[in-house]
Amino acid sequence: MRIFSALLIGMIFGVGIAISGMANPAKVLNFFDIAGTWDPSLIFVMGGALVTTAIGYRLVFGARAAPLLDKSFIVPTSKVIDARLVGGSALFGVGWGIAGFCPGGAIPALGLGYSQTFIFVAAMIGGIVIARTLQMTILKPAAA
Amino acid sequence: METEFTPLLSLGGGVLIGLAATLLMAFHGRIAGMTGILAGVIPPLSSDWPWRAAFLAGAIVAPALYIVAGGEIPFAVPVSTFALILGGLIVGIGVFFGSGCTSGHGVCGMARLSPRSITATIVFMLATFVTVFVVRHVLGGI
Repeated sequence: MRIFSALLIGMIFGVGIAISGMANPAKVLNFFDIAGTWDPSLIFVMGGALVTTAIGYRLVFGARAAPLLDKSFIVPTSKVIDARLVGGSALFGVGWGIAGFCPGGAIPALGLGYSQTFIFVAAMIGGIVIARTLQMTILKPAAA
Repeated sequence: METEFTPLLSLGGGVLIGLAATLLMAFHGRIAGMTGILAGVIPPLSSDWPWRAAFLAGAIVAPALYIVAGGEIPFAVPVSTFALILGGLIVGIGVFFGSGCTSGHGVCGMARLSPRSITATIVFMLATFVTVFVVRHVLGGI
């Protein structure tokens, strides 16, 4: 049941990403290119997703103490704004601006079957593995 | 390369993304952040990897089914293979240390008014604007 539910929810997410334009690097990069071939469409993606989620979360947290198929809500509680968060996010933005794919756009884009997406996703997974290895070796004493 | 302004399709897609985020919280109690979901299926696997794998499979299969059913999804990559690899590596490292991406911080975290997510989203959006400007209008593409 849990697997089936996650599969269906993943499908809704994937179709949403695909029709929104987030899976299309040309469109994503144009959103950020105000000085060039600007396409403001992604404001509507972010706005639609944000408002829907904000309302949806309120309804869910207001109605239930626990999720329907699991024991508890797992939501990050940290409020610490540190160099790791800011530096990591800045790096993410640089990579997004170079390639035009973000993780949530690239994974559904795999289903469109273009080789460029597979190249990007392989490199991104490589990046996560590199970061995780750094975390477990060099950075281990600093971050618990 | 010009792309067509698609406010209605983009809004509809955004609402579906928000619906998926809401349902994932309602049924599974989880944040619909692609970084976190993906990281859990990269070895060493997290203990709850099956639902993550199912979500990812759904997210990949659905656009394929949409096209098989006759739908059209415009797609173009206006950058080099080198840029895809470089950008992919940097995105992977960045989202790991930043603990999230557009979906986790930009949608789910912002919707909860999380100060970490609001900070992260402002930082990565600004970094992306600056990067695209530098790549396209200073370097002339990579």
